[in-house]
Amino acid sequence: MNDKVISLLCGVIFSLGLVVSGMTNPSKVIGFLSITHNWDASLIFVMGGAILIFAPFFYFLKNKEVSALGIEIELPSKQAVDKKLVIGAALFGVGWGLVGLCPGPSISALTSPGISGFAMFDPIVIIFLFSMAIGILVNKNLLQKTMQNKN
Amino acid sequence: MIGLSVVLYFYTTGRLAGVSGIVENAITKKTYRLSNILFLLGLVLGPLLYCYTKEPLAIAFTLPDHSFTITDSYPLIIIGGLLVGLGTRLSGGCTSGHGICGIGRLSISSLIATVIFVGVAMLTVTILQQFGIYL
Repeated sequence: MNDKVISLLCGVIFSLGLVVSGMTNPSKVIGFLSITHNWDASLIFVMGGAILIFAPFFYFLKNKEVSALGIEIELPSKQAVDKKLVIGAALFGVGWGLVGLCPGPSISALTSPGISGFAMFDPIVIIFLFSMAIGILVNKNLLQKTMQNKN
Repeated sequence: MIGLSVVLYFYTTGRLAGVSGIVENAITKKTYRLSNILFLLGLVLGPLLYCYTKEPLAIAFTLPDHSFTITDSYPLIIIGGLLVGLGTRLSGGCTSGHGICGIGRLSISSLIATVIFVGVAMLTVTILQQFGIYL
């Protein structure tokens, strides 16, 4: 089993989790975000469940230097709670609230017909993905560079 | 299942399964590009697998409960997509990267980011409802 096979497999398992839990369905997500009106809290258990599985596992593995496949473990360096974090998270929140799709489900939504009510490769989803890619590139190529120049 | 996938990915590849980061790296970085693309391909294949194995069940149970209400407003979709792309990378993670991996690692900054984006998303939905966009 190499790195690539595992990546594919993990993507499949991840998206099955998204589909089964309803994360690929924007109306379900909006229902979770709608705290003042018919709140559907069930998606808390999706994130909570995943955290509960990952946390103990991570605790025992965090001091290792290489993974089971012998790849060097890459962890994000400790992130400061700064303007970037706060403004970025807030912008993401607005976008998530507007549409009901976050990055993982938005990709799986391409092929969730009959589950989420999308057509297969629905143009709406494709437009969302394009916009998201542009957002990612704007951050990478414009914002991060301007910020580096300032420092 | 999501937890399992995150665990397996970290255990074997030593990388954290944050989807927005994987997308950014797949677009902009050469290292592990094929692995990143394959992970994303897996995200697309999963629902197909589900459809072909569970289609009758899925249609019987899921559709009546959650009628389909993604907005068909193109401006909303485009603005939403831009903000999601920009915001996740500016803050360094999305629901999986900050929410699952970050909190799982007991990272304070991820916890704060998660509280902010969930809170702001709830606020956004509430405001949209005031304007009658979502009910």
